[in-house]
Amino acid sequence: MLRFVHRWPGLVAAILVICMSLSGAALSVFPALESLSTPAQTDSTLDVGTVAARIQAAQPAVSEIRVSPAGRVTAFWFDTNNQSQASVIDPATGKAVANAETPAAERWLKNLHRSLFLGENGRIVTAVGALLMLVLSVSGLFLVARRTGGWKRFFSPLRGASSARVHVELARVSVAGLLLSSLTALWMTASTFGILPESADGPAMPAVTSGRTGYGLDQMPTLSKLPIDALRDLTFPAQGDVNDVYTLKTTQGTGYIDQGNGKLLAWSDASIWDSIGDTVMMLHTGRGAALLGLILGLMSLAVPALAVTGAIQWWASLKARPRIRGNASAGRAGTVILVGSEGGATWGFAATLHAAVAKTGEHVHVAPMSAFEPQRYSAAKRIIVMAATYGDGDAPASARNFLSRLATNRPLRTIPVSVLGFGDRSFPHFCGFAQDVDAELEKAGWAKLLPLETVDRQSPQDFARWGRALGEKIGIPLDLHHATVVPQLTGLTLISRRDFGAAVQAPAAILRFALPRTTLWQRLTGDAPRFSAGDLIGIVPHGSNTPRFYSLASSSRDGFVEICVRKHPGGLCSSRLVDLMPGDKIHVFFRPNPDFRPAKNRKPVVLIGAGTGIGPLAGFVRANDTKRPMHLFFGARHPSSDVFYAPEIDRWLNEGKLTSIETAFSRTAARSYVQDAVRRDGQRLAGLIASGAQIMVCGGADMAAGVKAALGDILAPMNLTTAKLKAEGRYAEDVY
Amino acid sequence: MKRLLTALAMTTALTVPGLAMARQVTLTANMANYGGNNAFVVVYLTNAQGKYAKTLWMAGGRAKYYRHLSDWYRATGGNTAEISGITGASVGSGRELKVTVDLADTLFDAGYQLHIDSAVEDMRESPSEITVPLTAAGAGKPVRGQRYIANFQYKM
Repeated sequence: MLRFVHRWPGLVAAILVICMSLSGAALSVFPALESLSTPAQTDSTLDVGTVAARIQAAQPAVSEIRVSPAGRVTAFWFDTNNQSQASVIDPATGKAVANAETPAAERWLKNLHRSLFLGENGRIVTAVGALLMLVLSVSGLFLVARRTGGWKRFFSPLRGASSARVHVELARVSVAGLLLSSLTALWMTASTFGILPESADGPAMPAVTSGRTGYGLDQMPTLSKLPIDALRDLTFPAQGDVNDVYTLKTTQGTGYIDQGNGKLLAWSDASIWDSIGDTVMMLHTGRGAALLGLILGLMSLAVPALAVTGAIQWWASLKARPRIRGNASAGRAGTVILVGSEGGATWGFAATLHAAVAKTGEHVHVAPMSAFEPQRYSAAKRIIVMAATYGDGDAPASARNFLSRLATNRPLRTIPVSVLGFGDRSFPHFCGFAQDVDAELEKAGWAKLLPLETVDRQSPQDFARWGRALGEKIGIPLDLHHATVVPQLTGLTLISRRDFGAAVQAPAAILRFALPRTTLWQRLTGDAPRFSAGDLIGIVPHGSNTPRFYSLASSSRDGFVEICVRKHPGGLCSSRLVDLMPGDKIHVFFRPNPDFRPAKNRKPVVLIGAGTGIGPLAGFVRANDTKRPMHLFFGARHPSSDVFYAPEIDRWLNEGKLTSIETAFSRTAARSYVQDAVRRDGQRLAGLIASGAQIMVCGGADMAAGVKAALGDILAPMNLTTAKLKAEGRYAEDVY
Repeated sequence: MKRLLTALAMTTALTVPGLAMARQVTLTANMANYGGNNAFVVVYLTNAQGKYAKTLWMAGGRAKYYRHLSDWYRATGGNTAEISGITGASVGSGRELKVTVDLADTLFDAGYQLHIDSAVEDMRESPSEITVPLTAAGAGKPVRGQRYIANFQYKM
């Protein structure tokens, strides 16, 4: 129920704001059209008296002349049937040149834009829409500043998942216009509903007039001194009423002119509220500032895209982490838990700890490490950091910017911190990020609650042990029973397999599975698996709670799920996979790996892989429809045994999807490894790197270390390192 | 309560004979298809000297816009006491405005003129769009408007 109440107003607001922004963008075109169709003014010194006299000469029954902020002159008169007529006037001749009717489309759009055809109540609804737009713009500004790491870096380049990046890119270019449009909209609504001071009434009607008529318009000093652009409205005296007067409205104020002697009978200046109101109107509608109007219109076109990408992010974040029931606010919490998680597993542990501590009656706040804000932890007695590690020692997704935030905030000396690392001992940099965090905390002067502890492969025993130690330290009996939350599983059926490696006693296979069937609803809500080559599938073997991950050699667009697997002696998961027969089914979950993807540009890509590590690299080549330069370095054991994808590689070379291939075989007389092939071709590689190439490495840890060393030697003369390339997003590894 | 009202009506009828000489007049304005928002329309009388006498009906609820009924506004200064109890909704393009008012016999054939000012948001104001003498003979004869009103007539 609560979620329902929360979601629907959000959706309605999105539809409302989209509707207003699209109609606003369409309306922004009309002032530009108007200024295009306004007769060019050759004489900038034209005065109102001259123009009015010309119009009266052409149309003696003229009753009113208006000038729009864009400079368009319109005259009104009564025809022989006493019907009101209107025409656009060329001020140079005083003659009618075009129809003055507002286009029906513009009227329709305007009504939609300002009241949704709902009359007075509609205006309140659209004002609420403008207020929402303002709130979204201001809060969005702060979010962008936080994401880019400060106001000075507001426009710095972005990395990360595509929907989030598109959202911020669009927001950065459009937020100024959206702020201006929503603020001016609110001002105009306030004025319509009389919340702002009323504009001045104009001077009192003069009691005495000359009683004569027919004084020449071009003889009246007030009018001949007034440039035509400053006129807003000149209403003529009623025909046959000798006591009536000319009513003059200009950008400066309102006055009356005697029709018998041309004297200014009364005058009052426009109030400051009128001037502000006119400026606000111009800024909002673009009338009198057509170019600004077009720019604002273009900016408001970003709103629908912002709404969609924002909703995608919201949805993804909902799915990515477990719901933490009763999460206390940062300011109230006695225990603050900060989570650094890449795939979401660490969130599960955080939820278990949260529940256990909250049961003792304490307020507990759980947040991603990237939201570290020590100045808000006013009630905190302790901070617990639960950090996984990404790649070789990097910050996982939900801990980005943690170290820089740590460096810029003063330590809270009275609040001790405890770091718990999550990782896999089979990787070289086990809990590397957690170690960095622990060391930096100590260096910055934070007190330690417990020394750094680690949890290997999501071990519930490790976690429970740490929980007991923590409980003793803080005087709360803590019994942490963590049941691993297995992500939503998808069933995959094997459709074909190709076998390799039997001759070298290392059986391996390329396994191709059918895409799981998805319902239309799943596709609409984004629940259907969408993946690219280089993403991962996770498989939880029986009797284990640690998933094994395999890199995908295909994308969902290929229409199948493909992986390349070697059977490891005693490997639970790999044996089961390599033994699968077509028709057999396994259950997997998909996990994105956005940092291991070719960058979206036309620069060359160097793919380096050995053994089954060719899988994702082959997937990149297969998807290379734009035929950008791709160079493959491939290490295998023997040409007759385990050259995965040999027929495809030939075809891709012919099609231009693959530019070159270098191979190295370790079980031939040459005894060559892929890093040897890299060294051999050092000069060519240096040239590719100099031209901006991106390097992607996939394979075992030993091979990756060898490749890194070889590349280091090639890069050194260019005053580059793999670390530098990595920081630019030009060096990526997928190592197992 | 009802009896009290009846009693009151009887006493006023007896003591103020002028009231007994009033007649019910139906004012009907058919709006033209001008295609904009609802129009504000005010119906009022001027006397033989051309001076404002009284307002008969104001169609349009928001006082902020009354200044655009410019002849009426000039005569009354926008004083809302003039229209207290005789205000209705604004009138849409192509619709009909029909109201019944009590007018004293003495107002007919005495030089009084019936005026209608109208105005539409974002469009031009149309003061004294209709000006017609209030006469017994003129009743039931339609008059054309200039801008927003296709035709108007009063009937006894």
